[in-house]
Amino acid sequence: MSRLDETWADRPGWWGFLTTVDHKRIAARYIVTVVAMLFLAGMLALDMRLQLSAANGTRMGPQLYDESFSLHGSTMLFLVSVPVMEAMGIWLVPLMLGARNLAFPRLTAFSYWLYLGGVLMLWVPHALGITPDLGWFEYPPLSGPGYAPGHRADIWAQMITFTEVAALSASVNIAATILKMRPPGMTLARMPFFLWAMLIASLMTIFALPAVMLVTSMLIADRLVSTQFFTPAGGGDVLLFQHLFWFFGHPEVYIIFVPAVGFVSAIVEAFSRRPLFGHIAMVLSLLSISVLAFGLWVHHMFAVGLPRLGNDFYTAASMVIALPAGIQIFCWIATIGSGRPRFATPMLWVVGFIATFVIGGLSGVMVASAPLDLQLTDTYFVVAHFHYVLVGGAMFPLFGAFCYWYPKATGRMMSERWGIIAFVLIVGGFNLGFFPMHILGLEGMPRRVYTYGPEMGWDGLNLLATIGSTVSVLGGLVLVANALLSYWRGAPAGADPWGGPTLEWAAPSPPPPYNFEHTPVVTGVAPLWEHDDLPVMTGLKDDAREVLVTSVLDAIPLYRQHSPAPSIWPLLCALAVSAMFVGSIFTAWAILWGMVPIAVGLILWFWPVRGRATSGPLRARGQ
Amino acid sequence: MDGRAAMRLLSPAFFIPLAACAGRQSPLAPAGLQAEWQHWLLMLMFWVCGIVYALVMALLGVSIWRGRHRLAAAPETSPDDRRLSRGLGLWAGMIVAGLTILILGSFVVERELAGERRREALVVRVTGQQWWWRIQYRDPAGTGWIETANELHLPAGRTARIELGSVDVIHSFWVPNVAGKMDVIPGRANAIDVTPHRVGWFRGQCAEFCGAQHAHMAFDVKVDTPAEFAAWLAAQARPAPAPSGAAVVVTNGPCASCHTIRGTAARGRAGPDLTHVGGRRSVAAGTLPMSRGALQGWIAQPQALKPGTLMPAVALTGAQIDAVAAYLESRK
Amino acid sequence: MSARARRRVGDLSGLPESASGPRHLVWWGNIGFMLIEGTGFLLAAGVYLYLASQTPHWPPDGDALPALMWSGIFTIGLLASEIPNLWLLGRSRAKDVWALRYGTALMTILGIALAAVRWFELQHLGVRWDHDAYGSALWLLMVLHTTHVVTDLGDTAVLSVWLFTHEVGDDQFADVEDNANYWSFVVMAWLPIYILVYWVPRWM
Repeated sequence: MSRLDETWADRPGWWGFLTTVDHKRIAARYIVTVVAMLFLAGMLALDMRLQLSAANGTRMGPQLYDESFSLHGSTMLFLVSVPVMEAMGIWLVPLMLGARNLAFPRLTAFSYWLYLGGVLMLWVPHALGITPDLGWFEYPPLSGPGYAPGHRADIWAQMITFTEVAALSASVNIAATILKMRPPGMTLARMPFFLWAMLIASLMTIFALPAVMLVTSMLIADRLVSTQFFTPAGGGDVLLFQHLFWFFGHPEVYIIFVPAVGFVSAIVEAFSRRPLFGHIAMVLSLLSISVLAFGLWVHHMFAVGLPRLGNDFYTAASMVIALPAGIQIFCWIATIGSGRPRFATPMLWVVGFIATFVIGGLSGVMVASAPLDLQLTDTYFVVAHFHYVLVGGAMFPLFGAFCYWYPKATGRMMSERWGIIAFVLIVGGFNLGFFPMHILGLEGMPRRVYTYGPEMGWDGLNLLATIGSTVSVLGGLVLVANALLSYWRGAPAGADPWGGPTLEWAAPSPPPPYNFEHTPVVTGVAPLWEHDDLPVMTGLKDDAREVLVTSVLDAIPLYRQHSPAPSIWPLLCALAVSAMFVGSIFTAWAILWGMVPIAVGLILWFWPVRGRATSGPLRARGQ
Repeated sequence: MDGRAAMRLLSPAFFIPLAACAGRQSPLAPAGLQAEWQHWLLMLMFWVCGIVYALVMALLGVSIWRGRHRLAAAPETSPDDRRLSRGLGLWAGMIVAGLTILILGSFVVERELAGERRREALVVRVTGQQWWWRIQYRDPAGTGWIETANELHLPAGRTARIELGSVDVIHSFWVPNVAGKMDVIPGRANAIDVTPHRVGWFRGQCAEFCGAQHAHMAFDVKVDTPAEFAAWLAAQARPAPAPSGAAVVVTNGPCASCHTIRGTAARGRAGPDLTHVGGRRSVAAGTLPMSRGALQGWIAQPQALKPGTLMPAVALTGAQIDAVAAYLESRK
Repeated sequence: MSARARRRVGDLSGLPESASGPRHLVWWGNIGFMLIEGTGFLLAAGVYLYLASQTPHWPPDGDALPALMWSGIFTIGLLASEIPNLWLLGRSRAKDVWALRYGTALMTILGIALAAVRWFELQHLGVRWDHDAYGSALWLLMVLHTTHVVTDLGDTAVLSVWLFTHEVGDDQFADVEDNANYWSFVVMAWLPIYILVYWVPRWM
């Protein structure tokens, strides 16, 4: 065992498990949790599809159905899509930077424990029969004190607080790492596109998520201490909730989609055997999407009766997003067309992504038009649209990324044959299941209805939707089974099975706790394709945890930063924060008293380990 | 009207059979001016987006086809991209052109929907509540309002202004054959203008999730000829004769605390007006087709038919239920 | 195991082990959290203005205006506290251990005094949070800002105790610097909120 190993290794057993600050271990537990959540949400979806597969379904009553779609949506948005993108960033960013860990390792651990708190916040009450039942956005007054007694709505609101604090912490961590810990030579101009995507998604998170934390806190305040934010009789306004929620909710979609753009670009580049065509155009497109995304929230509210002039503005602004998105599609296709493409499983997912996501993007242009949206919003057309965007646009790239980086994470190859079977089942089943929903929407079927009469004529397409979804879920099981079996049986991968362009492929598979023995030096946007050997710098200590900090623009080495050791305090702080969040559902005093253990936890977390003072009025006696 | 003929030409053939089999609640079978403009816009979008999708798939197919011959392990690190850059410029220009068409189309339709129509305004008040619709017409003969529920009648060829209000949570008023949605929001006065012109029966449904029985918050819509409409409204204005026999329970029993039957002692306001309930097409906001049996079942076991409904099962004998259902059914 | 050969092109062992200002890693983390909280303040101010725009009179008829005395004392005191705070920031860049210890102690005392004034200020807002939407929006802004005052006060106090009892190293200068920057953020965030809460209703 080398000295680097001894310095960076976790303690064995449970203590090591609870105290680790290794970004790869934390990302792995994120991924495992996300897969469990994806499975549960998928089962809920199947259950709902069975209920709707024929008219007057009797599988579920309205209460059970409302709980199902609320759990499904809340889980997929808050407990799967956003956290999984963070997890990929947490795992991949230091590796792609040739760094030893993230900027704030204990914050990484804290993010995961709080995310797990959010998971338990939603699913433990569900096991106890207290399930949120008002959808993934809970509009007052339906969610207010007058129409939602009990604690279902509070649980939903507080689950969001958990996951958003976790996501904000992860975003600050990832953004600081990308800005300050790039390897020597990786100027902003030479930064791989995936890192741009993660940086932009992190910044979007920082500006978007405060809105949802604020609005859910206001909802809880209305319910708990009788504030009047959303009570018309007290001068409040129910639309205020929608404005704040969608100010978060629209960027949220891009926070999920932008990392996916990064995955697709990384895969296209590696498998087309050439640098991404239009790197600068791609970065500028992403930046313009991230700015535009904050000016579009009203297109979720075209039917609330706002002034028409505003609707015109938001229509134009929303449609304009098609330009940067279209440029990106062109760049990917051009990279494939001018490269020497190899169609391994990750690349198949890219093809599936383009064929599916473009449909979602185009139906997005349709719903962006205010006058047309009045016919489409809140129908199955919109259900189809956002599943095409979120599943086709984010999950397919994620599955591709999973197959692409799996050998790096585990040291084993996944089975290509079963990878292709899973791909065909998922992409085919998805399109078979969700395309008919466009037509159902145009035939007048509203979303969030637990049943419909036979006279509506919706049963045939609904049955088709159920069959397609089932096929897709089967494909998902094949994908997971392939990942599990390959973990033990897959062929050894070696460091660089795909001939990848970016630094993570220079690390061993799986990477050791310190990732890289020496600090890589970068001379281009696809560093591993520039030289046969790897230029490195030595000099980081091997007997202490150290990371290299460089300058923001040009990545010039500035100083060696001590990197925090494993600690139990992130977990204990997360527990203290959880106690406060849970308590605040029942009494406002929990916020005050809950601060005490949190303060104690944070003090001990950040308490520097140094000797007693030898100077000053409080110096240690006898020195 | 010539423009609308052109719209039909744009309609892709495969939408027509779909629209024909389930056209009572569909934007694909417009029966009003607003819905027709929206249908026109839908078809414009469909064609523009369809062409774009075909182009993207063609480009992707060509790229894959050409690329498969060049399989090589060594990466190309400095490819010549000048031709591709010109292609990107062309592509961006095409997107801008397509978006310009769609944005202009949207603006035109938005103007049409918002346009003031110089016709005598027929005002209808529609109030959403969990989970049914209160509908009120201004009495042409006086100053009061004529009330009904869950069935909206509109005269063809005339613009009606629907004033929307909610007494509890947010709902959304949607009759897709006639016009798009407008949310029904407590504390806000929303209105939507609709100009139906095709006579017939249609269906509207609440489109914003509003609680347990959101799925059963529908209403029937009848577009009448102006003469039919006038006759219908005059009939609605008439009070009801008092019930007799076992049916009197409807005016002096528990029913009357929530329902009004004009001309009798029943003056409750919590539930729908029942003065002419027998003339309506359905029971319980689109839950069941109207019949004496449906009324009997609804009175006896509302929670079984519409779980969570605010209508309670009241203690009536079988004979009383039969009599009440018979009386209500006769209230055409 | 890795097949790729390494070529050594430089050595990092001569680099320092700490830095100050934007060169330091933690400075950027601090900025990240300030951006999050600043966005929160902006949105809360947006809530206040939105609700004001939905009402014919602001504050609604019958509501008392928030009193100016305690808030005035608080505002003047908060602005005055920026003078020792900036001095402390400069001394921590100059790596002055004595100033670090006594400066943080002084900032702790000032923080306690300001928190006490804030307590009286909250008694004189003129309306309860559950009275109407105006009261809710007012208290939202006040609670949000008070939380930041108390958080930074706690941080300063703990830092001060630690500095008096331990050996001071490079990282502690950076810590005090970040703490001083955060206090400046708390001061800066207050000025627009003060104008919004105390003067906008008087002008409207």
